[in-house]
Amino acid sequence: MTMEAATATLTAGNDRPVHSAPQGPIKIQARDVNVYYGDKHAIKHLDVDIPQHSVMAFIGPSGCGKSTFLRCINRMNDTIPICRVTGKIEIDRRDIYDPSLDVVQLRAHIGMVFQKPNPFPKSIYDNVAYGPKIHGLARTKSEIDAIVESSLRKAGLWEEVKDRLAESGTGLSGGQQQRLCIARAIAVSPDVILMDEPCSALDPIATAKVEELIDELKSNYTIIIVTHSMQQAARVSQRTAFFHLGTLVEEGPTDVIFSTPKDKRTNDYITGRFG
Amino acid sequence: MTDHTVKSYDKELEAIGLKIAEMGGVAEKMLVDAMEALSTLNIPLAERTLAHDPKLDRLQREVEEAAILTIAKRQPVAGDLREIVGAIRTASDLERVGDLAKNIAKRAIKIIKDARVPRATIGLKHMGDLAAMQLKDVLDAYAARDAARAKAVWVRDAEIDALEDSVFRDQLTFMMEDPRNITYCTHLLFCSKNIERIGDHATNIAETIHYLVTGENLPIERPKTLETTVK
Repeated sequence: MTMEAATATLTAGNDRPVHSAPQGPIKIQARDVNVYYGDKHAIKHLDVDIPQHSVMAFIGPSGCGKSTFLRCINRMNDTIPICRVTGKIEIDRRDIYDPSLDVVQLRAHIGMVFQKPNPFPKSIYDNVAYGPKIHGLARTKSEIDAIVESSLRKAGLWEEVKDRLAESGTGLSGGQQQRLCIARAIAVSPDVILMDEPCSALDPIATAKVEELIDELKSNYTIIIVTHSMQQAARVSQRTAFFHLGTLVEEGPTDVIFSTPKDKRTNDYITGRFG
Repeated sequence: MTDHTVKSYDKELEAIGLKIAEMGGVAEKMLVDAMEALSTLNIPLAERTLAHDPKLDRLQREVEEAAILTIAKRQPVAGDLREIVGAIRTASDLERVGDLAKNIAKRAIKIIKDARVPRATIGLKHMGDLAAMQLKDVLDAYAARDAARAKAVWVRDAEIDALEDSVFRDQLTFMMEDPRNITYCTHLLFCSKNIERIGDHATNIAETIHYLVTGENLPIERPKTLETTVK
């Protein structure tokens, strides 16, 4: 078999996406999800099962639809007037696009961390305390103090900020700000944490701290991370989904995706042969 | 295979592949020459065979250094990573083939003065031919990234094992015929063991190629089609 013949054994072209069923309970299930921005068909017939208490990475070139799908999971796309979502997304078997569902409640269960750290221009304490306060998760000052401390501890930031909780969150370093945003996300006790390129603005040490944190958080949360760093996806996730041109091309255990991908497009992307 | 977006990455992988091909050529020649020296009592040829070994050692180091550098620089994954790991493994097998051929050449030099039963090398020569063919086939399979051809080499190793069994019996017979043959025949027994080991390295390379191309390992146990082992 020649090299060409060998790669031809990878499924080529527009075959059905490659899936392998995950182990354990499913937290999020998507079936035939389509997203349109006006006329543009941004996500096409996407099916995926995301297991509970694990990290799933979404990878793919820019514009492939991975962030768009991420934003469907907490219905952030609702805020874009021309955006239309069809199909079904369930979290804990509950359809999140059910018209009777309270979107604010839904988002309270789903934390989100963005590419650029975006702490509120308030104190470190208030950044973390804000969510629990508005969602009524704590009544007394001491309850809120406890949530602030435990969230900052879980985010690996407590030791660095415990003596300056009243200082502004924006005065922290980039990596600390991002961990503050993670603390803020987990302060409202979400089930799911969505991370959209959380380390792309961080230096390698801050990146390592966030990755270590992701690894610790996965025992209590279901985490979905969009990343452009293939090595990061390989390091932090248990499952990986590869998107291309709005299609989920291949999805499976991370070690399989990065060692023996089944689809040629996945192989070309992860080995740096795209375009 | 589509080229990498970064062209120098392709060049690095290609350079590693070329070094493996060069090592294969040297190892193959060492085996053929050592066997020729043994059966034709050719001391100069045996000495020339010994002289090739340092080149193989140097090439193996170069392959390893290039592979480590590429891993550090490119963080290869999937087929690229298998390609590099495959190169490291193949280089180490080929280096061992060279050592074993060198050992045959050394023994050839030792026993030439004492070549009491020339017919004792006939079976051995047959084994050597088979091992050389296996080595050539597996190197061709490596160059073509041909998993099917590699698997054929892997299966065929049973023939070398069977021949080793028969050579072993022959040597025992010669030793029993005349105890003065014992030193000579013992050297030949070691040579036969060396050839059998060379066959094993060829099958190791075949396994590496299969993994490199398909991402799947061959089974740990080879199908035993022949009576192969001397226990």
